[in-house]
Amino acid sequence: MTLTFFWIFGVIAMAAGLLCITRKNPIGSALWLVVTLFALAAMYVLLDAQFIAALQVLVYAGAIMVLFLFVIMLLNLGRPGPSDIKGPVGVGIAALLAGTLLLQLRVLGQTAPPEAIQLPAGTMATLQSQGMIAAVANPLFEAYLIPFEITSLLLLAAIVGAVVLAKRKL
Amino acid sequence: MTGTAVDLIWLAPALALLGFVLNGALALWRPTAKAAVTVIGVGVLATAFAVGIAVVSAFAGLHTEAPVVFRYWSWMPVGTLQIDAALQVDQLAAVMLLVVTGVGSLIHLFSVGYMKEDAGYARYFAYLNLFIFFMLVLVLGANFPVMFVGWEGVGLCSYLLIGFWFNEKVNADAGKKAFIVNRIGDFGFLVAMFIIFWATGSLDFENVFGKAPTLLAAGGGVVTAATLFLFLGCTGKSAQIPLYTWLPDAMQGPTPVSALIHAATMVTAGVYLVARCNVLFALAPISGAVVAGVGAITALFAATIALKQWDIKRVLAYSTISQLGYMFVGVGTGAMAAGIFHLVTHAFFKALLFLGSGSVIYAMHHAYHATHSHEDAQDMRNMGGLRRHMPWTAALMWIATLAIAGVPPFSGFFSKDEILAAAFARGTVQPAWLVFWGLGLAAALLTAFYMTRLMIYTFHGPNRSGAGAEAHLHEAPWVMTGPLVILGGLSALGGVLNVPELWGGGARLHHWLEPVTKAGAALLPETHLSTSVEWTLVTIAVAVAVIGIVGAWRLLKPEALVPARAAAPERGLARVLRNKWYVDELYDFFVVHPLVWLSDAVLWKQVDQRVIDGAGVNGAARGARALGWLGARLQTGQVGVYVTLFVVGVLAILWRLVGGGGG
Amino acid sequence: MLLAPALGISAVLFTLGVAGVLLRRNAIVIFMCVELMLNAVNLTFVALAQRLGVGGQVFVFFVMAVAAAEAAVGLAIILAVYRHKQTVNLNDINILKG
Repeated sequence: MTLTFFWIFGVIAMAAGLLCITRKNPIGSALWLVVTLFALAAMYVLLDAQFIAALQVLVYAGAIMVLFLFVIMLLNLGRPGPSDIKGPVGVGIAALLAGTLLLQLRVLGQTAPPEAIQLPAGTMATLQSQGMIAAVANPLFEAYLIPFEITSLLLLAAIVGAVVLAKRKL
Repeated sequence: MTGTAVDLIWLAPALALLGFVLNGALALWRPTAKAAVTVIGVGVLATAFAVGIAVVSAFAGLHTEAPVVFRYWSWMPVGTLQIDAALQVDQLAAVMLLVVTGVGSLIHLFSVGYMKEDAGYARYFAYLNLFIFFMLVLVLGANFPVMFVGWEGVGLCSYLLIGFWFNEKVNADAGKKAFIVNRIGDFGFLVAMFIIFWATGSLDFENVFGKAPTLLAAGGGVVTAATLFLFLGCTGKSAQIPLYTWLPDAMQGPTPVSALIHAATMVTAGVYLVARCNVLFALAPISGAVVAGVGAITALFAATIALKQWDIKRVLAYSTISQLGYMFVGVGTGAMAAGIFHLVTHAFFKALLFLGSGSVIYAMHHAYHATHSHEDAQDMRNMGGLRRHMPWTAALMWIATLAIAGVPPFSGFFSKDEILAAAFARGTVQPAWLVFWGLGLAAALLTAFYMTRLMIYTFHGPNRSGAGAEAHLHEAPWVMTGPLVILGGLSALGGVLNVPELWGGGARLHHWLEPVTKAGAALLPETHLSTSVEWTLVTIAVAVAVIGIVGAWRLLKPEALVPARAAAPERGLARVLRNKWYVDELYDFFVVHPLVWLSDAVLWKQVDQRVIDGAGVNGAARGARALGWLGARLQTGQVGVYVTLFVVGVLAILWRLVGGGGG
Repeated sequence: MLLAPALGISAVLFTLGVAGVLLRRNAIVIFMCVELMLNAVNLTFVALAQRLGVGGQVFVFFVMAVAAAEAAVGLAIILAVYRHKQTVNLNDINILKG
């Protein structure tokens, strides 16, 4: 059952991705990307990552894509204009390189994690008692505290940078 | 270190070098200080001669058979090759030392008078001293490379001195010709050195000559090749066929230079070389035959040309070439002592002849200067009857003429006769040598003839200098005539050095040189003639000389000569002889023009311009530019291109990691 | 059980992202394709987290934070460039041409 749904959402994600990269209109691309993100969120739920799925919808689809759409509309790119997709030569090169990449990534299919790898002992018990959010939050504040704090600095830098860069006059 | 005067041998070349440095400095900064130059120039040489005498007497007192070698410093230690800056004193070097410094001193003295009015006085003596330095290095060297330094050095000084009055192109050209032709010979010398080192592992005379009989197969290819290449060097330096053409042109230099370098010393370096390497030549009978053969042919060939030359110095130049041929006949036959003996006597009488002609030219120049005439002062057709005005010069030159013609009891007779006897003796065993003997005899006849011709046209008969000039002809000052007197005495009496046993003499030079020549003589035993045969040969030689002199006296009519300006051009054989058998023209056509064409059309236009400049230099630049252009194509400034390359790079890395398409 | 399909879909999405970057000239669309690539990687992490522990999800957390920051700054840059060149077509933004 899970598998079927997983595949349904997977196909939706891949198709939406393909459509995203081939639309002439940037708004079309953006919206199809949103569809992809939603499909991915569904897949996360099926993979027992509910918190991440929620974050995906909130942050990615809700904030980042909205930002994209704002910028597209700010720059008035929504109007029809000359296509920005490259000509046949560009398509050829892209197809060639993408094909090669896909072939090389097939190796992922060959690897199967050894059966001996188990979830760390007591994980299921913790998950059941704490719930998903706590399961993700606890490592954040314990093992990964320093990256967490640095990320906040990163966000600060990003805010300052974005404000400065986008000003009309410094 | 012997603890005797022999240790002072380094002083002789050092003095000459000092003279060069001091005179050179004077030439650069005080060219008018002629008195200082004279004192230094002649002084160092006279002192060197004194040192030479001291060294030789001390050496004689040592009664040693082996040479005394002085190693001053290690010059080229390279792997198995050890070359030292070394001088050696042995019997042969002693003879050469005395000749070079002795005759050299006399010629320096003569030059004081001859070059008195020349602006390059200091420069002249500087070069002359430098020449003596190199010549001494040549004869005193204890190994081939040191000798080669001297060999090259005398070539350099010869060039500098031939082109002494370089403001005239013909003089500069003569200097260049001498140097370039000598270069061909030097190449031979170098190749010979390489072969000798390769075969014997050493370049020291002691080692090479000691090991040669055991290491080199007698009559084998290696030793024959080495000796033939050595002889190539000799044909260049000592002006034999085929490299003799520079010597007549060298007469463009001042006459004392011709006397010193191109008669008495430098040109004899080849003879010295063969004598020094007598062991090697004894091991290669073919080379010996080549040496003697070339010498004999050259002797006759040059004598024929001398018959029809009008320039007094040209006659003497060809005479020198001819006499050098005699010396090579001597050393080629293995009669080293005979060849060296003729070298010594030739130094005496040829120097005398040249200096005498120098006096004549000096007088003619002054006469023409006084009458503002532009006639050629060296052309015999403008001379005549000079014995009335220059009796001393005339008498002394007659002594030299009799010596060179081989009239007893003058020195030339003994030396020339000994060579011819040695050739004949060899001819009894190997008939080819009889041909050489015959050529030598014919050359002797012509020698007597053309020398008498020179004397008759110059000193006898009516004077053709023009009435105004004749009044100004007079004897040269004593500073010039004095050396002539000394040389005259040596030419007359020099025979005592080596009077053969036939005449009851002690053959002193022969015995003196035995320690040096006996190694070669052991390998190539001398043939001895019976006394009667020897006396017959002597009689033939004297008869030939007398016939030559008398024949010239009777046949030639100085009264029939006209001054050079009015002379009619020759015809027929006379014309061929006058034009030196057109050898220079032949060389020009067959050698020089093809080389020049090759250099111009091929080496310059194709190799240098097209290949090296075009493909090499410019091509490299164009290649770099092309590569740069290619590289610049990458800098499009377009993110799309950069990203594509980026992805290509990532794929490449992945390929390596993943093992090619998912393995 | 879901691991293999998840990894396969992730690979395809990543390739689509790369193809998009190579195909398009509009700067904003290229940016969106980069986001697509990031999401593909997120999927990989989450799929493996199901097997190997919750660390994978923590990493996805960080990826999202960084992607947000990156999007903000990147779009600000595109805005600044648009002000100068009046275009977001990458072909026309080539001042560094050599």
